[in-house]
Amino acid sequence: MNGSNQNNISSGVGLVVRGLHKSFDGQEVLKGIDFEVRPGEVFVIMGPSGSGKSVLLKHLIGLEEADAGEILINGDPITAPEIAAKYRMALVFQSGALLSSLTVGENVGLYLAEHRLKSPEEIEQIVTEKLADVGLHGILHKMPSELSGGMKKRAAIARALVIEPQLILYDEPTSELDPVSAVVIGDEILELKQRIGVTSLVVSHDRDLAFGVADRIAVMADGRILTIGTPDEVKNFKDSQVQNFLNADFKREK
Amino acid sequence: MFENIGQVISLFWRTLLALPLTWRQRQKVFDQFFEIGNASLLMVCVLSFFIGAVIALQTGPVLVERSLASAVGGVVGIAIAKELAPVMMAILIAGRIGSAMAAEIGSMRVYQEIDALRTMNINPVHYLVLPRVLAIAIALPMLVVFSVLIAWFGGAVVANSNHLIDIPARVFFSDLRDIVELKDVANGVFKSFCFALIIGVVSCHQGLTTIGGPRGIGRSVTKAVVNSIVLIVIFDYILTRFLLK
Repeated sequence: MNGSNQNNISSGVGLVVRGLHKSFDGQEVLKGIDFEVRPGEVFVIMGPSGSGKSVLLKHLIGLEEADAGEILINGDPITAPEIAAKYRMALVFQSGALLSSLTVGENVGLYLAEHRLKSPEEIEQIVTEKLADVGLHGILHKMPSELSGGMKKRAAIARALVIEPQLILYDEPTSELDPVSAVVIGDEILELKQRIGVTSLVVSHDRDLAFGVADRIAVMADGRILTIGTPDEVKNFKDSQVQNFLNADFKREK
Repeated sequence: MFENIGQVISLFWRTLLALPLTWRQRQKVFDQFFEIGNASLLMVCVLSFFIGAVIALQTGPVLVERSLASAVGGVVGIAIAKELAPVMMAILIAGRIGSAMAAEIGSMRVYQEIDALRTMNINPVHYLVLPRVLAIAIALPMLVVFSVLIAWFGGAVVANSNHLIDIPARVFFSDLRDIVELKDVANGVFKSFCFALIIGVVSCHQGLTTIGGPRGIGRSVTKAVVNSIVLIVIFDYILTRFLLK
């Protein structure tokens, strides 16, 4: 891994979510979400499909506006106009969301190119380094359609790294991946935490990923947080809904 | 419906506000412009030639029969320059380019690429809409000028070769020059500029508001083309009334 260029990245930020409510067409999707993510930790939100995880993530990155409640980054409300300039946040989408009309290199360097933060030569160098950081080599000029699912997600992580983020949000980072690729993505999340101290918030229903990377886990169902704790605390939490969700895979395997 | 109209007007306004960023987006404007020309030029040639030919074929024999042979060039020239070239080319471009714009942006919306832009603090109006609207606003008037010339040529070919008309090409163009003024062509070009804005903004708006996966993209494409054509026809009347004064 090439981490030489990462030394200037500042460490992660803290995130506080208080009383978050959101409804779509009269249907309440988030019913009062409260949690705190500490600087530099990997915080995983687990829950079944339709529990409101992805909607919550969109609120955290500012793609949705809450009906009530607040989101604070290092104490500053996420709605504050200066938030984008003050803190760097990136979202790794479930699909990767690479722009299909651009090459992988152009995708990864898009933030720098569009905001004219570096010269084209510098951008190419940074992009090559970031791709190497996530274990991708020689794909600068390939189109996203030529990549496998796992490579797309790693390219999306490289695109997030270009922003030099203090907070990375991952939306179902291992969905549609084979077990080996899923492990690689999990390793990447841990590697980034250890190397650059970035705060990571992972939304997933992949139990192996969650218990493999998390410092703390929140289990969410029906728009509410059921419990928050370390992986061991969550595993031992005596609640039928939590245990049903956590043990679903075991039951299927039997 | 009124909400949609409001959104289209709002998008048009936001695109106007983004105009100072044109130089920054010049490469994308050029790419889009090249794509529009590349995708449409051959069709414009074929369509224009036959529009000119059929207008000459429809009007020529009737006028010649009534001893109005000298009006054939003028009628064909005026009809094409002021009405047929701008409207037909706008409809062609709405079908060919407007649909592609709605599909491309719609697919970006469905597959979260536009959300990805927003998370990188890249405004989709600046990045996607402005280059497309500008490119089509430059390309369509140019295509219309091209179309007018080809259609006139088509009319001259038929006027010369059809035995019921039998007007030499030299005479056809001479009659055309007597009646058609530069401002007639300019009127058509101005109309096409307005149509281009309609196609660009309506198609981009449909793309940006796409929901519901591949079926949603299909719906957006259909809406983009149909809404553009309806607005082109309505605005054609309004602009013609305005330009006749």
